[in-house]
Amino acid sequence: MTEHIVTKKQYALIFAILMLLTFATTVIGMIDLGRLNVVVALVIATIKALLVVLFFMHIYWSSKLNKLVVVSGVVWLALLLWLTLTDIFSRGWLPFPGK
Amino acid sequence: MITATVETRENYLTHEYGVKSWLLTQDHKRIALLYLVAISFFFFLGGIFATVIRLELLTPPGDLVSAQTYNKLFTLHGVIMVFLFLIPSIPATLGNFLVPMMIGCKDLAFPKLNLLSWYIFIVGGVFVLYAMLVGGVDTGWTFYVPFSTSYANTYVIMTALGIFIAGFSSILTGLNFIVTIHRMRAPGLTWFRLPLFIWSMYATSIIQVLGTPVIAVTLLLVALERGFHLGIFDPALGGDPVLFQHLFWFYSHPAVYIMVLPGMGVISEIVSVYSRKKVFGYKFVAFSSVAIAILSFLVWGHHMFVSSQSVYASMVFSFLSFLVAVPSAIKVFNWTATLYKGSISYDTPMLYAFGFIGLFTIGGLTGTFLATLGFDVHVTDTYFVVAHFHYIMVGGTMMAYLGALHYWWPKMTGRMYPELWARLSALVIFLGFNLTFFPQFIMGYMGMPRRYHAYPEEFQVYHVLSTAGASVLAVGYLIPAVYLIWSLRYGKLAPDNPWNATGLEWQTTSPPPPENFDITPVVNHEAYDYSILEEMKVG
Amino acid sequence: MANHTLALRHQFDNIEQQKDASTFGMWVFLVTEILFFGGMFCCYTVYRSMYPSAFGHASNHLGLILGAVSTAVLICSSFTMACAVNSAATGAKDALVAFLWVTILFAAAFLVIEMSEWRMLYKEGLMPGFNFTYRDIDPAHVQLFFCMYFAMTGLHASHVTIGIGLLMVMAFRASRGTFTPQYYTPIEISGLYWHFVDLVWIFLFPLYYLIARHLQ
Repeated sequence: MTEHIVTKKQYALIFAILMLLTFATTVIGMIDLGRLNVVVALVIATIKALLVVLFFMHIYWSSKLNKLVVVSGVVWLALLLWLTLTDIFSRGWLPFPGK
Repeated sequence: MITATVETRENYLTHEYGVKSWLLTQDHKRIALLYLVAISFFFFLGGIFATVIRLELLTPPGDLVSAQTYNKLFTLHGVIMVFLFLIPSIPATLGNFLVPMMIGCKDLAFPKLNLLSWYIFIVGGVFVLYAMLVGGVDTGWTFYVPFSTSYANTYVIMTALGIFIAGFSSILTGLNFIVTIHRMRAPGLTWFRLPLFIWSMYATSIIQVLGTPVIAVTLLLVALERGFHLGIFDPALGGDPVLFQHLFWFYSHPAVYIMVLPGMGVISEIVSVYSRKKVFGYKFVAFSSVAIAILSFLVWGHHMFVSSQSVYASMVFSFLSFLVAVPSAIKVFNWTATLYKGSISYDTPMLYAFGFIGLFTIGGLTGTFLATLGFDVHVTDTYFVVAHFHYIMVGGTMMAYLGALHYWWPKMTGRMYPELWARLSALVIFLGFNLTFFPQFIMGYMGMPRRYHAYPEEFQVYHVLSTAGASVLAVGYLIPAVYLIWSLRYGKLAPDNPWNATGLEWQTTSPPPPENFDITPVVNHEAYDYSILEEMKVG
Repeated sequence: MANHTLALRHQFDNIEQQKDASTFGMWVFLVTEILFFGGMFCCYTVYRSMYPSAFGHASNHLGLILGAVSTAVLICSSFTMACAVNSAATGAKDALVAFLWVTILFAAAFLVIEMSEWRMLYKEGLMPGFNFTYRDIDPAHVQLFFCMYFAMTGLHASHVTIGIGLLMVMAFRASRGTFTPQYYTPIEISGLYWHFVDLVWIFLFPLYYLIARHLQ
């Protein structure tokens, strides 16, 4: 198997970006962007997560199977959240109590 | 042709003796037997609870046990049967034994993890047993909040923790199977040459891995709420009891497919052998297994139609529930097509397979009735639902489990079971089962609620029939328990391949050697290719 | 080379298959962890959508600096863990042991910060089940927020603790020379676990600490 060794320098670059993004999300959190606050915070968190998964956890260089496994996990969590939220958000749409 | 091979070499049962060699084994075959003993114990324990329930229900007034005791009975019956028997049943016993053998490797990917899974299962079981012995739990196996978190005064935390722990056993077994099937197949064994049992174990493992963690964390939250007053589901704090139900059923619906998919895999194997035909539509059956695994996660809301889940969500879940019936139906059609023009023999495993196909079909069809919103409102929380899931779990899974046990008994133990007694008990089980559960459809439709220990006079005749059936069923289950154990000592010695089946597990001795195969098999033919059996005969 | 063959387990044909299987197995396990924490993220999402202002209000009672620093500390620990994996792959045994111990130190520092945050909340009467005396705006839903907060950070902290134990075992094995560039799979899969623990916190931080800072 092609043993791809990631150098400490490459890790250091990712580390620097992560720290920068952490600082950014903290500061941006203090600015009023209305409904965009949560969007920006989650986008930054997702970018950080991607950096960790792709480069610290080596998914970038891993087999298609491992990539599929990661994607499945995320998709399943999204499924849980989304279908549950369809219930939460569509309550009260009908004029009957409890519906 | 079929000659009894005298055991001159050591096999996995004889090459080591002593308690330590069993309790510290890493051999997947021995671990399978450890599971077999454990789950058999839990099956009979769950059966005892069922017996008391059916005895109580003989008469309309609640005269045998108090209401709270009755609540504990059906709760423990459910908890033990679902979590400590059905979920592990086929995967942990037959799956553990057969997966490495069917794919031609020496053991699972992580043998030590496999042994750990068994110990974790035992610890979980002990927690549940302890809770049962010190007072039991009365919330129903579904642990609905806020009753289980705020009002129940029984051993909820202990039971929930037991299930939580046993869940990890399930997760680790599924993980082991997924890695093994992906990474350790014999040379030439491509995905579409795999036995369909492996496909169904693979699909089952996917469900175990993706679903079980959610119920684990949900039960953990219930325990945290009871123990530390972290009122996550407490309505007084704005907590939503329906949210609990969403999380609970996100696992517990796919869980029923954990329970039935392995059974379907077994049926594919059995129907093929005893028709002497390859399974019709192999790829359809294989893809259906995976489709069931995926679709099973999209339908959980059909358990919540009357819970105040929104109507629109209910409609979506209802539609998706019809969808999930399709791959199951495809499998039933394919098994039927396999039988068509096959050379059918009525050995015991085949009798169980016939039972499965008929009873699972009834159970599955009534599932679609329940998926229909309007009808469900009428029969929800009645015996109609109880009959539906028992048709699948007992008429389906349990029959497949017994069929599988008989089919692979010669391979696992090196002994044949007594065919006459076996066929007789299959018949007794089939009759007893239908007598027990068919009346329940009728009385459920007529309004008999579930989980009630006292009921109006008009339902008594159905309950009496049901209890009579249950006693026949109990006899039917006891007979195999006796003769299977008897056969370990007195049964005829089994040949390597008593059924003349294809499949790598039959190309090795009965019982197999510790490392399964002397040389790694190389596969260059399709599954269920009966023409190659002649070529494979090595003198 | 002796190390190489000794590490190969009998069920595998070769060391590559073993490494592939082990890594794949760890990823499957991490998916179960995604769903495990995911259940709690689901609860959080539902309740935040139901009670947005109460959650925002409650969030501002958390220590922002403490939260940001603990995030940074965990990212540092992820970095040193990655460096440990690199050291194992290049056969730098002393560096491997050192990086593992630094990772453990960062992890411990995270727990210390976490515990001081908890202590602060307890003293302010914001710890449900032990000392919850908040009576201001929307006390019921604020209490719900803190139930979720302690449940999730508690579950996360337990994973950090397990990770510390795991890394200590790795550090001891590494100091005894168990790992070589041909065989360092346990380090790699421990790294995967550790990065996952970091990942959870990467989402916990904005979701709990940054809901309504702009309103403060």
